[in-house]
Amino acid sequence: MTFIAKKLAAGAATVLASSLIIFLALSRAPGDPVALILGPHATNAERAAMSARLGLTDPVLVRYWHWLTDALHGDFGNSLLYRQPVSGLLGPRLMTTLILVGLSALIAVATGVALGIFGGVTPRARPLVSAVTGVGTALPGFVVSSALISIFAVNLAWFPTFGAGHGFFDQLWHLTLPAIALAMSSAAYVAQMTAAAVNDEAGREHVATATGRGLPRSVVLRRHVLRNAAIPVLTVSGLTAASLVAGSVVVESAFGIDGLGSLLVKSVASKDYPVVNAASLVIVIVFVAVMTVLDISQTALDPRLRERA
Amino acid sequence: MNLLDIEHLRVDLRSRERRGAPRTVIHDVSLTIAPGEAVGVVGESGSGKSMTVKAVMRLLPRRATVGGTLEFRGTSIPAMPGRDLARFRSQLVSMIYQDPRAHINPLRTIGDFLIEGVVASGQMNRAEALEAACTLLRDVGVNDPQRRLSQYPHQLSGGLLQRMMIVMALLPSPELVLADEPTTALDVTVQSEVMAILTEQIRERSVGLLFITHDLDLAAAVTDSLAVMHAGTVVERGPSADIYAAPRHPYTAALLASRPSPTSVARPVSIPGRPVSAFEAGEGCAFASRCPYAIGQCRTERPEPRTAGTRTVACHRSDELEAVLAEGVRA
Amino acid sequence: MSLEQLTRLPLLAGRLVRPRRRGHADPVLIGCGLICAGLLALALIGPVLTPYPLDQTDILNASQGPSAEHLLGTDSLGRDLLSRLLAGARPSITAPAVIVLASTTLGVIVAVFAAWRGGRVDRVISRMLDVMFTVPGLLVAVIAAAILGTGFWVPVAALTVTYMPYIARIVHSAAIRECRLPYVEACQLAGLSSWRICTRHILRNIAPLAVAQATLAFAWALMDFGAISFLGLGLQPPAAEWGSMVNEGRADLLTGAIWESMTAGVLIVLAAVSFNILGERLAARIGDGS
Repeated sequence: MTFIAKKLAAGAATVLASSLIIFLALSRAPGDPVALILGPHATNAERAAMSARLGLTDPVLVRYWHWLTDALHGDFGNSLLYRQPVSGLLGPRLMTTLILVGLSALIAVATGVALGIFGGVTPRARPLVSAVTGVGTALPGFVVSSALISIFAVNLAWFPTFGAGHGFFDQLWHLTLPAIALAMSSAAYVAQMTAAAVNDEAGREHVATATGRGLPRSVVLRRHVLRNAAIPVLTVSGLTAASLVAGSVVVESAFGIDGLGSLLVKSVASKDYPVVNAASLVIVIVFVAVMTVLDISQTALDPRLRERA
Repeated sequence: MNLLDIEHLRVDLRSRERRGAPRTVIHDVSLTIAPGEAVGVVGESGSGKSMTVKAVMRLLPRRATVGGTLEFRGTSIPAMPGRDLARFRSQLVSMIYQDPRAHINPLRTIGDFLIEGVVASGQMNRAEALEAACTLLRDVGVNDPQRRLSQYPHQLSGGLLQRMMIVMALLPSPELVLADEPTTALDVTVQSEVMAILTEQIRERSVGLLFITHDLDLAAAVTDSLAVMHAGTVVERGPSADIYAAPRHPYTAALLASRPSPTSVARPVSIPGRPVSAFEAGEGCAFASRCPYAIGQCRTERPEPRTAGTRTVACHRSDELEAVLAEGVRA
Repeated sequence: MSLEQLTRLPLLAGRLVRPRRRGHADPVLIGCGLICAGLLALALIGPVLTPYPLDQTDILNASQGPSAEHLLGTDSLGRDLLSRLLAGARPSITAPAVIVLASTTLGVIVAVFAAWRGGRVDRVISRMLDVMFTVPGLLVAVIAAAILGTGFWVPVAALTVTYMPYIARIVHSAAIRECRLPYVEACQLAGLSSWRICTRHILRNIAPLAVAQATLAFAWALMDFGAISFLGLGLQPPAAEWGSMVNEGRADLLTGAIWESMTAGVLIVLAAVSFNILGERLAARIGDGS
C-alpha cells in the first residue's frame, strides 16, 4: 500500500514538474497575447491595462503560482482564440480522446498480444509474423488514416469520414477507423515484442525443467512461458498505450476529430498559449497515469521487484 | 529387468542452415542401470554426457535424430506415445540439473515448484503434496520447511536451491534419478554437502541414479559402475572401483593422471591437445591424436567396444597396454 | 524499477529474425540496404531531377491522375506531383538523417562517458536517461513548435533531444558490459589513457550495436518528422515535403483524387519499412551483445 502511495506521489511530482517546465517554456514563447486580444488598434494605455489585468507584469514564478492555484480549482484561464474558459473547451474533448485512445489501446494490445503469442510459440509462423510486424511497425498513423479514409469512408462508405459523433455508440462508430489507424503500428510493435519475449522465455532452462517433469505442454506454456513473458509484454503494452496518447494528436487531426490532440495542434498554430498549456498538461497527466498503472502492475507481477518495493 | 538400457545410442543434429550437413553429437553410447544401481558418466565438456541424458528424457531439440536403442524397463523411450511419455517423465524418472538458479522458474514460489509435477500428474492432491514436500525437506536438512514453501527462488542460496531440486526430484518417488553435474554450479563449500544429501537419499530409497560429472574421483566414490565418455563415445565401462584402480583405456588413464594430487605438489600430467567433439572425429579412434600409445591402426580404424568379464573397453591396444596403464595409476 | 525493464525492450528488436552466419548473404538485408541507399541518394539529387518548377500552378489541370505530361498526376493547385515528390525527398530524408546522426553521436558520448566513469555519475545519468526515455518525441516536437515556431530545424532539434536517450540507454548497457571485461583492465595496467581505451576499444566494439539501433531509429524519426509536417508544424507551404503532401492531399481524398496523399504516403512507408527491416536484420546479425 505504501508502495502504491509512493508511486502515486512520484506520478504527481512528475506532473507538477512538467507543468512548471511547460509553463516556463511557454512564457518565453514569442507572440503577444495582449495584441491578440485587443487587436492592432488599441492604444498604449489600453495595452498596459490589459497586461496588468492578465498579470503579465508579475515575475514568471508568481504567474506560475497563480496559474497553478487556479488550475487546481479547475480554472485554466481563458482561451485567447475562442474567448471562453479553457476548462470548458477541454472537458468534452478529453472524453473523446480518452475513448479514442482506450479503443485503440484495446485493439493494439489484443491483436498484438494474440499475434505475438502465436508467432512466439509456432516456430514455423515466425518468418511470417516477423515480416508482417516488420512492415506493420513502419506504417505511420497519418498515412494509414489517409488510406483508411479513402478506402472505407469514401469508396466503400462503410464509415463516416469526419467528426467524432454524438452519444456513446455514435462516438464508437465514428472513432472506429481512427482507432484502427492509431493502433496499426502499435499493434505490430506489440506483436513483435510479444513474439520475441515469448520465444525468449520458451528457450529458458526452467521451461526445460517443466517439460522434463512431464507437465502437459499447455500447462508449461501457460504457467511458465506465458506467465513469465507477461512482464515484458505488459511493459510493451503500457509503453504503447502511453505512446498512443501522443499519437492521438496526429490521428485526430487526420480525421478532423474535435479532441484534445487536435485542439492542441490548433492552439499551437494560432499561438493560443493558455490552451496549449492546459491541453499539453492534460495529455501529460494521461500519459503519467498510464505509466504509473504500468509501474504498479509490473511490480505486482514480479516477486523480485515486489521485494525491492 | 534393467531399469535403463542404452545400446549404441547415436544422435545427429540437423544443421540450422538449410543446406548444412548434420553433426553427430553422440557416436556410440551403451550403458545399463539395474534397479537401485548408481552409474556414473564421466567425461570432459563436449563429450556428449548431457546430450545422453537429454536423449533419455526425450528433451533433445527438434532437429535431432536418434539411433540405437533407449529402453526403460524394456519399453522403448523414443517410441513412447504422448501419455506414456508424460507418465515416464512425471513419475518414473526425475532430473536434477546443474544450475538450479536457471532451472527453477524465478516467478513461482518454491512450494509451487516442488509440488507442481505430482499435482499435475494426479499422484497427489495439493494438501498431500505439500505435506510430503515438508517431510522431504526435513529429510534433506532444511529448517523451517513451511516458510521455505512460500519463498521465491531469489531468496534462497544456491546450495539450498539445489536441495529444493533434489526434493522436487524425489517427491514423485521415481525409479531413476538423472543428475547432470548437480554440484558444479555451487560454491565449493556446499558441494560436498549437497552431494552427500543426494547420495544418501538415493541409497535410502534404492532409486537408480545416472550421475553425470567431469570429476572422476567423485564419480568413483558415489557410483557402483562407471562409463567414461570421450567425443560422443563410451570408451570404457565397468565397476567403479576396478576402473579407478586399473584403467584399461588410455583416455581413462590420462584422466586419472591429470588430477591434481592432494598430497603432492608435483604438476599433474595434463592430456595433450584439446578435447575433440564427436563431429570432428574422423575415421579412426577419436582419441588417437592425443593418445601417447596410438599406432597406425588407431588412426584408420575405429575401435569397437569389446567386453571382457565386467569390463568393456573400446581400444585396439587395451590388452597389451593393461599393465602399462595400471602401472601409471600406481606411480 | 520498471523503467529499467522498459529501456531494455529495444534489445528485443530483431530477435524474431533468425540470424545468418557470417559470410552468408541475406537477400532481405541486401534489398533493404539498396532501397535505403537509393533513398539517401534521392535526397541528394532529387531536387535536381524535377521536370517542372515546384510552384508552377495550373488550376485547369488540378487534381489529375497520371498522364503523359504529369507522370504521377497533379495536386489540388495543378502542380506536378513527380516534381514535388522528388524535391520533397530532400527534407523528408535529410531530417531523420540529421536526427539520427546527432542523437546517436550525443547518445554514444553520454553512454560511454557514464559507463566509463561509473559510480554516482553513472547512476545519475542512467536515471535521467530512464526518465527521458519515456517522453514521447511527437509531443515534445508539437510543444516545441508552439514555443520556437515551425520550420525544419525546430522539429529536428526536438526529435534529436528525445531520441538521444533511446540510443544512449541501449549503448549504455553494452558499454557497461564492455567496461567490465578483463581486457579493459589489462589496457589500463598497460598504461593506455582512458580516452584511448574508450575510443580505440570500447567504442569500436559497441559500434555495430549503435549502427543497428540508429538504423531502426531512422525509421521512427522519419515517421515522426512526417507526422509533424502532416500537422503543419514543420516546413511551411509552398515547400514540398512528403508528410505535408499527405496532408495537402486530404481534401482531394473525399472526391476520390488520391494521387497526392497516396504517392507521398507510399514513399514514406517504403522508406520507413526499408529502414526498419534493415535495422532489424542488422540487430539480428550482431545480436544484443549478451
